[in-house]
Amino acid sequence: MTKLLNRVGVDIGGTFTDVALEHAGGLATCKVLTNYNHPEQAIIDGIQIAAQKAGIALSEITQVIHGTTLVTNSLIERRGAKLAFITTEGFRDVIEMRSENRFEQYDLNLTLPKPMVPREDRLTLNERMGPNGEILLPLDPAEVDAMVATVLEGDYEAVAIGLIHSYANDAHEQQMAKALRAAAPDMSISISSVISPQMRELPRFNTVIANAYVQPQVADYLGRLVHRLGDVGVGAPVFMLHSGGGLISVDLAAEQPVRLLESGPAGGAIFAADFARGHGLNSVLSFDMGGTTAKICLIEEGAPKTANTFEVARTYRFKKGSGMTVSTPVVEMVEIGAGGGSIASIDTLGRIQVGPRSAASEPGPACYGRGGDEPTVTDANLLLGRLDPDNFAGGEIALSTAASDAAMTERLAASLGMSNEQAAFGVTEMVDENMANAARVHTVENGRDIEHFTMIGFGGGAPLHACRLCEKLGINELIIPPGAGVGSAIGFLKAPFSYEATRGLFQRLDAFDAASVNSTLTELEAEAMAFVRAGTKDAQTTTKLTAFMRYAGQGWEIPVSLPYKSFVDADQAEILAAFEAAYQTLFGRVIDQLGIEITNWSLIVATVLPATPAVERHGTGAVATSLRTRQFFDAALRQTVDAQEVSRAAMTAGQSVEGPAIIVENETTTIVTSAYRAIGQGDGSLRLIRKGDAS
Amino acid sequence: MTPTAIDFQIMWNRLIAVVQEQATTLIRTAFSTSVREAGDLSAGLFDRRGRMMAQAVTGTPGHVNAMAESVTHFVRKIGADNIFEGDVFITNDPWLGTGHLHDITVVSPTFRGGTHIGFFACTAHVVDIGGRGFGPDANEVYEEGLLIPIMKFAERGAVSQDLIRIVRANVREPDQVVGDMYSLAACNEAGDRRLQTMLGEFGIADLDGLSDFIIETSRKATHQAIAKVPDGSFSHSMQVDGYDDPVLMAVKLDVVGDTLTADFYGTSGMSRFGVNVPEVYTRAYACYGLKCAIAPQVPNNTGSLEPFVITAPEGCILAAKRPAPVSVRHVLGHLVPDVVLGALHQALPNTVPAEGASALWNIQISARPSDANSGLRNAEVLMFNSGGTGARPAHDGLSATAFPSGVSTMSVEATEHVGPITVWRKDLREGSGGIGALRGGLGQTIEIEPRDGYDFYFNAMFDRVENAARGRDGGGAGAAGRVELSDGTKLRSKGRQLVKNGQRLRLSLPGGGGYGQAADREKTLVAEDVRAGLISDAQAQKDYGFKG
Repeated sequence: MTKLLNRVGVDIGGTFTDVALEHAGGLATCKVLTNYNHPEQAIIDGIQIAAQKAGIALSEITQVIHGTTLVTNSLIERRGAKLAFITTEGFRDVIEMRSENRFEQYDLNLTLPKPMVPREDRLTLNERMGPNGEILLPLDPAEVDAMVATVLEGDYEAVAIGLIHSYANDAHEQQMAKALRAAAPDMSISISSVISPQMRELPRFNTVIANAYVQPQVADYLGRLVHRLGDVGVGAPVFMLHSGGGLISVDLAAEQPVRLLESGPAGGAIFAADFARGHGLNSVLSFDMGGTTAKICLIEEGAPKTANTFEVARTYRFKKGSGMTVSTPVVEMVEIGAGGGSIASIDTLGRIQVGPRSAASEPGPACYGRGGDEPTVTDANLLLGRLDPDNFAGGEIALSTAASDAAMTERLAASLGMSNEQAAFGVTEMVDENMANAARVHTVENGRDIEHFTMIGFGGGAPLHACRLCEKLGINELIIPPGAGVGSAIGFLKAPFSYEATRGLFQRLDAFDAASVNSTLTELEAEAMAFVRAGTKDAQTTTKLTAFMRYAGQGWEIPVSLPYKSFVDADQAEILAAFEAAYQTLFGRVIDQLGIEITNWSLIVATVLPATPAVERHGTGAVATSLRTRQFFDAALRQTVDAQEVSRAAMTAGQSVEGPAIIVENETTTIVTSAYRAIGQGDGSLRLIRKGDAS
Repeated sequence: MTPTAIDFQIMWNRLIAVVQEQATTLIRTAFSTSVREAGDLSAGLFDRRGRMMAQAVTGTPGHVNAMAESVTHFVRKIGADNIFEGDVFITNDPWLGTGHLHDITVVSPTFRGGTHIGFFACTAHVVDIGGRGFGPDANEVYEEGLLIPIMKFAERGAVSQDLIRIVRANVREPDQVVGDMYSLAACNEAGDRRLQTMLGEFGIADLDGLSDFIIETSRKATHQAIAKVPDGSFSHSMQVDGYDDPVLMAVKLDVVGDTLTADFYGTSGMSRFGVNVPEVYTRAYACYGLKCAIAPQVPNNTGSLEPFVITAPEGCILAAKRPAPVSVRHVLGHLVPDVVLGALHQALPNTVPAEGASALWNIQISARPSDANSGLRNAEVLMFNSGGTGARPAHDGLSATAFPSGVSTMSVEATEHVGPITVWRKDLREGSGGIGALRGGLGQTIEIEPRDGYDFYFNAMFDRVENAARGRDGGGAGAAGRVELSDGTKLRSKGRQLVKNGQRLRLSLPGGGGYGQAADREKTLVAEDVRAGLISDAQAQKDYGFKG
């Protein structure tokens, strides 16, 4: 596949809209403020700036690739459609009863998130499918008609349909949808057997509801975007990055916007994956730290780890369980409330706590001098010498050390009986500890040993913290790629066209029925291929198959990769071996004599990416020119050290600097602790290696 | 390097992550449904004297200080000079562990540089322990299954094959139970690996200084919190269903300065059936309830638990004596917070919730072919279900939500793949929340039918059928629970019963009590409840004088 030029990636985030344009001369990037009322306007402004930098006309742009957090925001802010949810009689309250637990054990005043659809708008049908798709109670056409009338009277903008066991038999959902479409052709209708055909009613219902809730708005926005781009002369097709890290057509995105929930952050993971491939790294932990949150993702064999459920819109301090679980393919990321703006405070036990409250960009950290009077991680970094007050964001924002000092003294140091430096050290250590713990737990949950991973750090905050994180995690190698400030938008340009089709099909392995599996897989492949071909007619594709399996009696399945082929009944043995190998990796053992079950299948069709060129890697190098000597507080040594300050521009391939060192550029600052050295790489990355490490 | 205050704080933070990782390892490897789905497990780190330093927050407050106490029993029984590197200790003694035979506790001593520095301990509910199976019908603990006294599961790394053989011969699912014993030992090892890394990183040789810091900081914070509770003596009681005869749970709280004692004097005597509670389990739930209201932010460790001094007279149903049957001790155990919080309410008005359904409505279903010769398979299905919680001073109660337990329910679709049953209904039980300025949480209605070719037995262990959750400060009681067939035939709320093919079991779970006078409920909230169908028009009119 020849490399297509003049593709542009656009990422709409909460604060900035980032643009990255790949052209013959390299990469042109820019950031503009997100326009909440007219998001497409910021895109057009950004593309115009980038095109100008690249020296190309708008009409020369060949593809627009877009990702956004807007879909997630409209769920969080509850700005979606007036919605009816049609479900099976007896199951009206599934989304309200959730998992019947409390996500915070000790809070007597806990409140649960309000269901996305109020109870009065949850309507029921007398019908019932069994677990194997058998009809236990047929759906009476008269009841369907009555339901149509109810919906029409209700003045709804959208309808979600989710019936019990519809993943096994969608006939009743289709029957209901057909009648509604006939009566109200313009109504937005989402059905669970299309949006998320997987076993487990709560996530499936949540997913179809989330889809219906945002669908009219997203369809409208994408329509406007395509139209406006055309108006200004960008005639190129628009593609969307889905949460699973691939591209889909704008039409599919408008029908299934629930697939876009994590599209922005997924771009970051793809960005990191591209560097992992270039550097030939098979086990990578990507670490993306911004102003409010940090995100961690495992990247193995050059591909971000994916999952088929995740939790969106957490309402309670990023706490697991406080959001809404949806089942749609997603790049699996752990997000914690730790960023530069995270606020430090003292708890009732006199301990320093950091986050998840954030000073965000307004008022921002105390040192911004915009009225923030609480100490943040950025303030602590400033007091520890890790940031230069006179050269922050390329000198655009003058940081006030005095303001950081005052906030640190008043809110922390005085009552702890410590110096400001000690308190600031406590703040950065605590936030680094929180991030390290989250990373460790995530790798353990995946049966991996974190010490064998390489970290790739990006986002404004990561280069300041990543080296210390590596010390805590026992990681010997860290890559800081260039362009980290607009990583997601760049990542969009590295994504394949892909579509993941899933289907619930419950079988015991000892009664493996190859014929029904094959016919399901054929359908899944046709479905996935059609969507991929909507984006690219002739690109070469690969098909990846995953079965979700467990021992009988267990409640969770594990993903098991299988070859995509036509199965025969005798393949039981092969599938068993694959399951046992996966189980062994995750849990360290297998169990003999227990039954094994397959619950869901997932099939991904993706275009084959052009090979990422191998990066010329350097392990040692000539000493880079130092700008000056600066001091910062080295956490592992518990003392202030003299560090060489080096310009990032001076860190060309083969230039190196021994820690302690500070590498400065407009977007961020990289701290190299005393235990590491940094070496410039052929692709503009910085590579930090623990001193004494053989590699 | 001498650790500073900041170092101690960071290490404390790390230890909580270490025990959480220990717990996660167990959750992901355990076979027991209740471990996996309900978080019915516990994991923690102890110093060499057996004082708990950190404990994972899991789904079961019942393990909060039950496990904390158990390690001291291990130290005493094994003997300090009999502890070797590579040892792993075990027990499921209800009185020395966490209250019933189904919970196995495993304790692993941890060493550094050849010196014993502490213990990792964990507890999990296993799928089977022999005997009659999980249910209240036994009359002595001997009928409830195999009791493993405190002993060595492994000595110097060698696992006791004799113990394994005995367990295998006594339980219905030997692979899963023995597998879980190994999982327990492995999760302690996982914790130890992280601990060793931390000790290396901070350059310290033992846990003593850190343990003193954690425990004394927590003790001080807890005493300070207790000191804010007005002094006085506060008595309260509550009647609940029990097995056959009603049970009176009585408690007296004494608050003097920064000390608090709770005594269950006046509580009914033991039952002939397995609803009895060993004192350790009573203490755990009483402490949990008090801690939620008084010092919720202090992490669990010996320092934060010891200031709550909780006792029950030996031989009462909340301090059952050997060899009482104790298999379903969770039912009354879950009701303990309601009674202690009722007493605390007198000292701290506008703090604690009204009474709730509290005891889980777990149901164990054994599906059997109607025709034994049909060739159909037997199947076991376990479901966890919750009623409504009591209204809070500033919020309505939570509908169909577990409290004090932290368990989760399972997907109906997944459950129907486990066994041949159809769950026709699992939705909110309209009108079941106690009335008040703040409404109690609603219970739920569940209807279950055996599928073609099957009957099923179910083991009832349900409370608040005869004794509803009471409201507070003028709030009304929640609806009482009901156990019946869908044709209205009443069934017993405790013990094993049959539901035949063609019949439907209907469970109506209790609602939570209301808070404050119904007349004070904001009209907009009443209107919302009517619109949502949480209460009927008639109820709105009768209870709240509301006309839509």
